[in-house]
Amino acid sequence: MVPFAGYQMPLQYSSIRAEHQAVRERAGLFDVSHMGEVRVAGPGALAYLQRLVTNDVGKLEVGQALYTVMCRDDGGIVDDLLVYRDPDGYMCVVNAARHDDDLAWMRRQLPPSGVELEDQSDQTCLLALQGPLSLQILGPLADGAELGAIPYYHHQPGRVLGVPVRISRTGYTGEDGFELYCDRHAAEGLFQGILDHGRSHGLLPAGLGARDTLRLEAGFRLYGQDITLERDPISAGLGWVVKLDKGDFMGREALARAKAQPQLSFIGLRLLGRGIPRPHQAILADGEPIGEITSGSYGFSVGAGIAMGYVRPGSAPKGSEVEVPLRADPAEVGAAQVVSLPFYRRPT
Amino acid sequence: MSDLSPVRFTRTHEWVRPEGAGEAVIGISDHAQAQLGDVIFLELPAAGAHLAAGQRFGAVESVKAASDLYSPVSGEVVEVNQAAVSAPEVVNQDPEGAGWLLRVRLEGEIPADLLDPQAYDAFAESDSH
Repeated sequence: MVPFAGYQMPLQYSSIRAEHQAVRERAGLFDVSHMGEVRVAGPGALAYLQRLVTNDVGKLEVGQALYTVMCRDDGGIVDDLLVYRDPDGYMCVVNAARHDDDLAWMRRQLPPSGVELEDQSDQTCLLALQGPLSLQILGPLADGAELGAIPYYHHQPGRVLGVPVRISRTGYTGEDGFELYCDRHAAEGLFQGILDHGRSHGLLPAGLGARDTLRLEAGFRLYGQDITLERDPISAGLGWVVKLDKGDFMGREALARAKAQPQLSFIGLRLLGRGIPRPHQAILADGEPIGEITSGSYGFSVGAGIAMGYVRPGSAPKGSEVEVPLRADPAEVGAAQVVSLPFYRRPT
Repeated sequence: MSDLSPVRFTRTHEWVRPEGAGEAVIGISDHAQAQLGDVIFLELPAAGAHLAAGQRFGAVESVKAASDLYSPVSGEVVEVNQAAVSAPEVVNQDPEGAGWLLRVRLEGEIPADLLDPQAYDAFAESDSH
């Protein structure tokens, strides 16, 4: 168990390798109840969210989910989040480590009337079932719902093992899977029930360690490492969630400038030899620093050390070779190739 | 009651087990593999290399961290566990058995200041708190 964002969380149940491979080949079950849930409702909810986040919430249908970031006026990322549209409002899912700051930020942006925020984080638990066998495992446990008919980034209310849940076809691993939001009193039974049923399919409980290697292979940014208040979404390679033409929103001017002239480039690196790149290590070209690694680990499904990080624009084009330090000894560097993200794509 | 196991441990979490005929096998302790987590790479000297007691002879790298290895004994490497080099997860699964690292021809005795299993367990316990 390790402390994480004020929660005690399992780094691993068995081993990171075994849990990583279970998710890629069969399925893994994560308890990610630390994530924060904030309900946004009222007649002004859409206009409020459109101003708060960079992606276009106006295009979101009931039953859909949207990945986005919210930014300060200077374009710095306050957090990345999911927005779910429900018949009677929206639910934002935010990072645990950012929960308090997010809430304060979201309250500060509230109009005088017409929008209600309700923090449901304490009573809401979140389980993530991820991997190619997720549908096969969860299908028989979902009362009356046709889970296979829920498209990626869609959700619907339902029951799993009799427990009322929001069933969302989303995840943070690069695999097919479902995220289940439920009342905290029902979470332990739900976790155990899914695990018991899934065991014959090779389902393993999975911890933070595998979550990190899986999301890194899938190229997903981690708040606090890859994206921070000091970084804007354009530099972070998240331009696709910034919709400059949707109307005014927090950070729009700064992000328009960043789009015209990016401050940094976000790149993927694959080590050519042995070694594991680590966060905060320099990225070098011809011995000169051109940037810094923000996430680095071993990609079990890639079979190499992999990393993401920022470099000066134009300094590390795709396919080029750079170096990263591999030991405390600065002379010991490993060659790495600049590659496209994600590192891993699930077979289709 | 005395501990009759001939295995001895360093305070840097390596073990050495005499194998007769002046040879010994070296590895890392179960405590060490548990602390490191999933081992990904082993950096080991080749057969013929010379080890000196207390000196760095390689490294083990896990998802969590890279950690140097220090030799419990002096001697010459006669065999490297290639199975462990190509599939390092055996170091996690069986660190004091199939996950051994090197076989060495001893030069001199196994140092007397190494810890027996009981003393090592006590040391490892206090080390992890």
